[in-house]
Amino acid sequence: MEKKVFERPRYLKKASTHYCPGCGHSILHRLVAEVIEELGIGERTIGVPPAGCAVLAYDYIDVDMGEAPHGRGAALATGIKRVLPDRIVFSYQGDGDIAAIGTAETIHAANRGERITVIFVNNGCYGMTGGQMAPTTVTGQLSTTTPGGRVPLRDGYPVDLSEMLAVAKGTVYIERTSVTSPKNILRTKRAITKAFRTQIDGLGFSLVEVLSPCPTNWKLSPVEAARWAEETMTKTYPLKVIKDLTGTPGQDGN
Amino acid sequence: MNEKVLMRGSHVIAESAIRAGCRFYAGYPITPQNEFTEYMASAMAGLEDGTFIQAESEIAAINMVIGASMAGARAMTSSSSPGISLKQEGISFLAAQELPAVIVNTMRGGPGMGNIAPSQGDYFQATRGGGHGDYRTIVLAPGGGQELADLTGKAFDYADRYRTPVVILADGMMGQMMEPVVLHKAVDPAELPPKPWRLSGAAGRPSRYIRSLLLDIAQEEERNWKLARKYDNITREIPRAESYLTEDARLVVVACGTAARIAKGAIKRVREIGLKVGLFRPITLWPYPKRALCELSRSVREYLVFEMNTGQMVEDVKLSLEGRGNVHFYGRPGGSVATPDEIAKVVNSLYHRQRLEEES
Amino acid sequence: MTKKAKKGRITVDREFCKGCYLCISVCPTGSIGISGTLNQKGYYPVEFLDGKNQGEESRCTGCTTCAIVCPDVAIEVYRE
Repeated sequence: MEKKVFERPRYLKKASTHYCPGCGHSILHRLVAEVIEELGIGERTIGVPPAGCAVLAYDYIDVDMGEAPHGRGAALATGIKRVLPDRIVFSYQGDGDIAAIGTAETIHAANRGERITVIFVNNGCYGMTGGQMAPTTVTGQLSTTTPGGRVPLRDGYPVDLSEMLAVAKGTVYIERTSVTSPKNILRTKRAITKAFRTQIDGLGFSLVEVLSPCPTNWKLSPVEAARWAEETMTKTYPLKVIKDLTGTPGQDGN
Repeated sequence: MNEKVLMRGSHVIAESAIRAGCRFYAGYPITPQNEFTEYMASAMAGLEDGTFIQAESEIAAINMVIGASMAGARAMTSSSSPGISLKQEGISFLAAQELPAVIVNTMRGGPGMGNIAPSQGDYFQATRGGGHGDYRTIVLAPGGGQELADLTGKAFDYADRYRTPVVILADGMMGQMMEPVVLHKAVDPAELPPKPWRLSGAAGRPSRYIRSLLLDIAQEEERNWKLARKYDNITREIPRAESYLTEDARLVVVACGTAARIAKGAIKRVREIGLKVGLFRPITLWPYPKRALCELSRSVREYLVFEMNTGQMVEDVKLSLEGRGNVHFYGRPGGSVATPDEIAKVVNSLYHRQRLEEES
Repeated sequence: MTKKAKKGRITVDREFCKGCYLCISVCPTGSIGISGTLNQKGYYPVEFLDGKNQGEESRCTGCTTCAIVCPDVAIEVYRE
């Protein structure tokens, strides 16, 4: 007897995305939708998409969504969550959004221990605007505004926002994962599940940073981009649980 | 159950907001409006369903208000001039996303850091939209006292009715002045009209989203026209102004807010020496009460616009009159507050210069 | 491949596939190939090599690895 063992999750609309071939956003959208379905929170989840390629997340993820101005996702999510504390509120933000223009909003929402979940997509560039240097662009990485590669004492060091947030007392769970291999995709899904659980349990601020390929702006094929993220990006941004005060077992049973 | 109390202006607005059902306030300290934020902190703490957040910035505060408004709350923020500049991006989003919110600007001297004295330097910023894009905000200019209570309630009603941000323009003098007011009866937020558009989680209905990005040019043009039609309705439905001693007036002073109070004092003085001078005080600055001002032009030719700036509202007066009157201007910018005597002298000299005493 | 291996198959939505070929790069049994015809978006989508193309039985086990990495949710997986 044949069984269907993989299909589109219920909370992912049947739509072809506008994302480029091999883009990590699409994988991540699916994972978020799968977790929402598995946790049974689809009818009480409100998402906050950012400015950037993922602004159209509401065309794909089938829950209520309210678009935030560039960088302000954490502040906007705070407003929603404080008015509707029994809803599950998440923001979905890129690296420029969360770690450059929206740094203040993010750090202070984290510091207040807002019961929100942040999905932080780190692709090391400003994707929608055409591949400029992002706060997370790694040293030496080419971008349209670092044509010879990022030079720290000229362009700044790659910002490690997740580690910075881990210092804030209001953060409960922070993990860095990637969507660059089957194993890491499954890891990312477990991390997102745990991040939402952290919120459901009312423990505090949770965030999952996801290294995500941007083949178009990296000027690599999708397969090469995934490999570059695995081999090079992880040197600056190692995949690990950065903070976990949930008291529940972590990815590796720790 | 309406009670008469003696309260400072900033507290009157804050308390009236709570009584109008406001349950979400986010703000950031800035002089001269800290009493407002502080009042909100203690008032919200006393309400089970109230939220007060001292935000990390003006920008964060307005974005928290966007979120709270999306979730259906009556939400507000307040600041003073430089802080309002920082909120403009958020106000533009509120307008585009058709979200109700109330923003109080206790104006101070500018430009730049300026000072903390009363001013009307933000008239253009408030009435011309202020942020980016083709939009307007409803702008209410209370004259102080009882109107602070009345217009604050109205601000929330207008915001909800039209799904648009409403700005209350005050200044530090108005905020500090203690006056007797009758506060309105408290509204139970649960009894306010439901907001079927709000984000609450897609339980038993399809999911929905609130956005302002419209990449499709035709859709964006249509959204702009839709907003324009709404603004047309607002322009027809809510303009308000007060006319004071205009029936026999040969000269009318046009002023709003604190400037109008000063002008009233001046008019009382010049009336005592027989000058036929009245006051036209716009209460809605956008939409500007054009029709009422136009009607005055049937009997009045000379207008003196008095503002606490270098001349901003004077443009709306000229646009309203469309040449049916001579428009003069007197202004004191940068936080200077003219006395009624000073304005009386300006009125007196203009009155005689235009030989109005010779008319019968 | 022993006879005891699970039998699986996949279906590919040709119009959702954007030809990133991540699935091909991770498929442990080499069961996915590239179609010779363009889809409406202008990509050469992938296709399931159901045995005919290889002149042998499909070796697909229905492990779902291809679907897990597919950014476009273009793959559905069935298993016996």
